[in-house]
Amino acid sequence: MLDVRGLKKVYEGSGRRVEAVRDLTFTVDAGELVCLVGPSGCGKTTLLKCVGGLLTPTAGEVLVGGRRVTGPPPDMAVVFQEYGRSLFPWMRVRENVELPLKQKKSSSARRRELVADALASVGLTDAAGAYPWQLSGGMQQRVAIARALAYEPDVLLMDEPFAAVDAQTRADLEDLVRGLWRQRGITILFVTHDIDEAVYLGERVLILSSSPTVVQEQLKIDLPADRDQLHTRVAPRFAELRTHVYEQIQAAKRGTPVADRLVKDLTDTPPPSKPQ
Amino acid sequence: MTAVKGTNALLGACGLAAFLALGEVVPRLGLVDEDYFPPTSRIADALATELADDAFWTALGDTLTGWAIGLVIAVSAGIVAGVLISVTPYLREATASTIEFLRPIPSVALIPLAVLLYGTELRSVLVLVVYASFWQVLVQVMYGVQDVDPVAEETARSYGLGTWARVRHVLWPTALPYVMTGVRLAAAVALILAVTAELVIGAPGLGARIAVAQTSQAVPEMYALVVVTGVLGLLINVGARTVERRALAWHQSVRGEVAV
Repeated sequence: MLDVRGLKKVYEGSGRRVEAVRDLTFTVDAGELVCLVGPSGCGKTTLLKCVGGLLTPTAGEVLVGGRRVTGPPPDMAVVFQEYGRSLFPWMRVRENVELPLKQKKSSSARRRELVADALASVGLTDAAGAYPWQLSGGMQQRVAIARALAYEPDVLLMDEPFAAVDAQTRADLEDLVRGLWRQRGITILFVTHDIDEAVYLGERVLILSSSPTVVQEQLKIDLPADRDQLHTRVAPRFAELRTHVYEQIQAAKRGTPVADRLVKDLTDTPPPSKPQ
Repeated sequence: MTAVKGTNALLGACGLAAFLALGEVVPRLGLVDEDYFPPTSRIADALATELADDAFWTALGDTLTGWAIGLVIAVSAGIVAGVLISVTPYLREATASTIEFLRPIPSVALIPLAVLLYGTELRSVLVLVVYASFWQVLVQVMYGVQDVDPVAEETARSYGLGTWARVRHVLWPTALPYVMTGVRLAAAVALILAVTAELVIGAPGLGARIAVAQTSQAVPEMYALVVVTGVLGLLINVGARTVERRALAWHQSVRGEVAV
């Protein structure tokens, strides 16, 4: 469904050349939920933007459903980390969810149906008439998820979607995403820096190295399909898997030569307002 | 909250009353020359006479016509030019220094030019009004367009919104608060320039009427007309703020802090 081949992205500007992503190759099968995890600053967001057609890679290509990505693909939706800035404050919740559908030229009856269905599936039917800024952070991110669902994408990209919400809300949202994934059979690529989250959510976890980024390891998560916050997280297998991922990430950090790490530190923590 | 508001309104009314009373007492005590500073009551009388005069209403209409037409032209031109310049990097680079040169030229310095071109017609007033208020709008629009959030822009792009849809649904609402500020400033400046033009050029309107009152030594009438222009400015500002509040109910500056 999603095919990333030899992806490379180099940023050049003001006399500095930063190789954010060196060589990434992986696939995500139709209906799979894959988590991408890596040390911070490893180019996860860059990768996601290349996949989403928002950035043009320096080399390599991305295929969605066999078609090469040159701009935002019509059968893909993105959920951003910064829900507060991704939702439009001048539109009510309903209008925010509906706007992409208008661009798709769906009929108004169909739009109403999709919006109502999407809001219901994230439990926000009552909030349709509210403005996003009247809602809590967790609810706002659910609106953003509803907007993505209503768009009926084949592939859903999620860029550290729960990094900015509190721990309890986060657990609820994780279960929501997993539930929606099982219900709707969407292909999901979920980017996170949280190891537990990656193991808890994914069917497969891709561990990225430090920048310049390559795929360090692909790990199959052989936990049962039915997962819940209480039991899955204390299961011995969960602990083994998360330990393994953690070790890999530590190794990724250590394995980086000092010179490269300096570059990494420079590009490591961009202010949230500036896309990498 | 409402109690505080009520108290403020009361204080405001007291202040105004005191000011008016002072205006009445000081000339009557002979502290200032009554011929040039008539007491409040005489100005009020003159104002009442003005309000009963058809010629006054014609003058008011002329002033408002010049103000409104000039403002509409300036706002439309400012918005269109501002958006075009901001979204075209080459145009921005090419026009930046010219704008910085033209913007500080006081509109009144163009009075001779306006008179040469159009004499004492309405068009003379329009030249000055448009020139003065155009920059207010243009500069605000240019700031506003640059304020578009990259995340909002990326969201719109990822959902397949084309250029026009992004202008309409992302760029325009982002720029709207700035546009509103620009329009409010432009509305005030436009009134100043409309009255100035009438006063100096003699184009028909309140300004010309003030000039006539002055030359015919009708001092209370002159003050009455000045009061009218002041009230006009006040109403325009209140009106602009009301429109702003309604259009920007969603914006941080209007909605205030929302308890979640």
